[in-house]
Amino acid sequence: MSNKIPLFDITEPHRKGIPRKDDITSFEFTYKAEITSIYKLSETEKLYQIQIADTEERKRFSSRPGQFVMLELPGIGEAPFSISSSYDGNVELCIRKCGNLTNFLDRVDRGTFVGLRGPFGTSFPMEEMHGQDLILVAGGIGLAPLRAPISYVQKNRSRFNSVDIIYGTKNPQQLIFTYQYDMWRKDDVNLHIIVEKADDAWKGSVGMITKIVEDIISQRGGELKDTYAIVCGPPVMFKFVCAMLTKAGMPMQKMFVSLERRMHCGMGKCCRCNIGSTYTCLSGPVFDYWSVMNLKEAI
Amino acid sequence: MIFRVIAKEEIKRLFAVLADGNRIIGPVEKALDRKGKPIYAFEEVSEFSRLRLEYTTTTLPAKRYFLPFREDLAVFRMEDGNWTKSVNYNIDTPTILFGLHACDINALNKLDKVLMGNVYPMPYYAAKRKNLFIIGYECTPQPFCFCRSMGTDTALHGFDMFITDIGDKLFIEIVSDTAYNFLKNIKFAEPQEADHVAYMRAVAEKNKKFTAHVDTTDLTKILDMEFQSEHWKQWGDKCLSCGSCSKVCPTCYCYGVEETVDIDLEGARKTKFLYSCNIIDFAQVAGGHNFRPDRHNRLKYRYYHKHRGFVEAFEESLCVGCGRCGEACLAGITVPEVIASIRGEE
Repeated sequence: MSNKIPLFDITEPHRKGIPRKDDITSFEFTYKAEITSIYKLSETEKLYQIQIADTEERKRFSSRPGQFVMLELPGIGEAPFSISSSYDGNVELCIRKCGNLTNFLDRVDRGTFVGLRGPFGTSFPMEEMHGQDLILVAGGIGLAPLRAPISYVQKNRSRFNSVDIIYGTKNPQQLIFTYQYDMWRKDDVNLHIIVEKADDAWKGSVGMITKIVEDIISQRGGELKDTYAIVCGPPVMFKFVCAMLTKAGMPMQKMFVSLERRMHCGMGKCCRCNIGSTYTCLSGPVFDYWSVMNLKEAI
Repeated sequence: MIFRVIAKEEIKRLFAVLADGNRIIGPVEKALDRKGKPIYAFEEVSEFSRLRLEYTTTTLPAKRYFLPFREDLAVFRMEDGNWTKSVNYNIDTPTILFGLHACDINALNKLDKVLMGNVYPMPYYAAKRKNLFIIGYECTPQPFCFCRSMGTDTALHGFDMFITDIGDKLFIEIVSDTAYNFLKNIKFAEPQEADHVAYMRAVAEKNKKFTAHVDTTDLTKILDMEFQSEHWKQWGDKCLSCGSCSKVCPTCYCYGVEETVDIDLEGARKTKFLYSCNIIDFAQVAGGHNFRPDRHNRLKYRYYHKHRGFVEAFEESLCVGCGRCGEACLAGITVPEVIASIRGEE
């Protein structure tokens, strides 16, 4: 007679349904999704509309502005992307080609099946901002995560007072979502666009993004009252913009930033997104500026 | 907790009982180092005579039996432009870890907190961890051991039974019913007052042997205050960014994921591999921006994660003080020295 220790099966009792944070079987749960359309936004960015294949799973998927998904191409790789907008199991991702996975994605056609995990992470507290002024600042590809709160504002425009979108890129060719600018303006949103280096055809403002932030602050008499801000862009932009907003009297808790980090799991395991030991995937990617100020090496 | 004593010879019987139908992993002598000291490793053992229970710290921890260096998370089959994903948690058979030291048991307990906590428990780890049967064995402190400073010189839970050599007998703590059932197969006795005294004497003897210390008082605050300290740069200049410290660390669990296409082009796999925060591209994002570009940034981050961040999250340090990283470091960087320098102690 053998003294074999019986096997402990961690998957029993097997729980099916919505992947839950505490459900051990949800760890590698992937929604299979189809790329339904691809729009070229600029030389390097494309907008992918992705639909979850299974109709039941489509109903389960919901995300809030600011969250991200892990997009996987079997055999090629997996990476985190912030959700540009999401509705009824459809997800829009704005992706710049700059790595292995994204360069491959640049070459695929619609009809390709990809894997989606998520949504993960914290979101912008849009409800908290009701009844207040809103300043949305995006630098470069930072407009991609910012597009989700912009869509929220479009749908709930009457709930906000004045809304300003400040968007800056290196040159006019890098501007993305150009086809939406008129729509945003129609929704009574003040859109300010600035480029660092203009070309002959450019008729708008030229300079750094901080110039417009400065203008807006001085328009309001140097003080920002009852205002929330969302800032997405390169780390150096956070520093300057948030410092200016703080100087204008905006509390740090009313400024939100979305941080970018390398991620391999999205679930607080792989540690690649750690700042100190704060997981950007669990405590972020959306942080208020107060939390970020207290994290070493965050920006 | 239940205590029993057995005669020293009985441990061979215990091994035989356990070996009947189970895979046993234990410390074995692999070779001698340059100084003629034995090098130990955890390996599968089928005969008691190969087991070296008096072993000193192994070069590599037992990590590969519950946190393998490479592991497939999923495999894909590709067909007609479509694919199917299948997930295997790689549960095969229960494993007995025979003769784990207290530091390594505490390392498992710390890993449990982050990998099996209530937020996204990791099935790949849980499947193996839940199928471990652990027999602890009292150690002899080495000059590099600072577990006593980290509070990990004794294990309170996370094992099935723990054996201490008390001279003529072995003193056994029994935690699980599985362990008790195994013990029924051999001759054991209730400990007498003399056994208790002998146990306490053995533990006191062990405690006298610690020579390395780390002062952890207010360490989280001090690390924050000294974030810009020049000492980090000095250690960074010595560090080779090789990642040896993470490879030998019993609690380093950070990983990367890569996907590869099978050679027949009909399948693909998603593989997890343990990684080190000291390696240059650990925090590098697509597009080339590196959040920790310098060696001292990365070395500092490792200390921050172990001694500050984990404390903030779980009220205990992620370091168990086994001293393996200091022994493995090619540049001779040790935790007690680094922390002392940051604290301004010379």
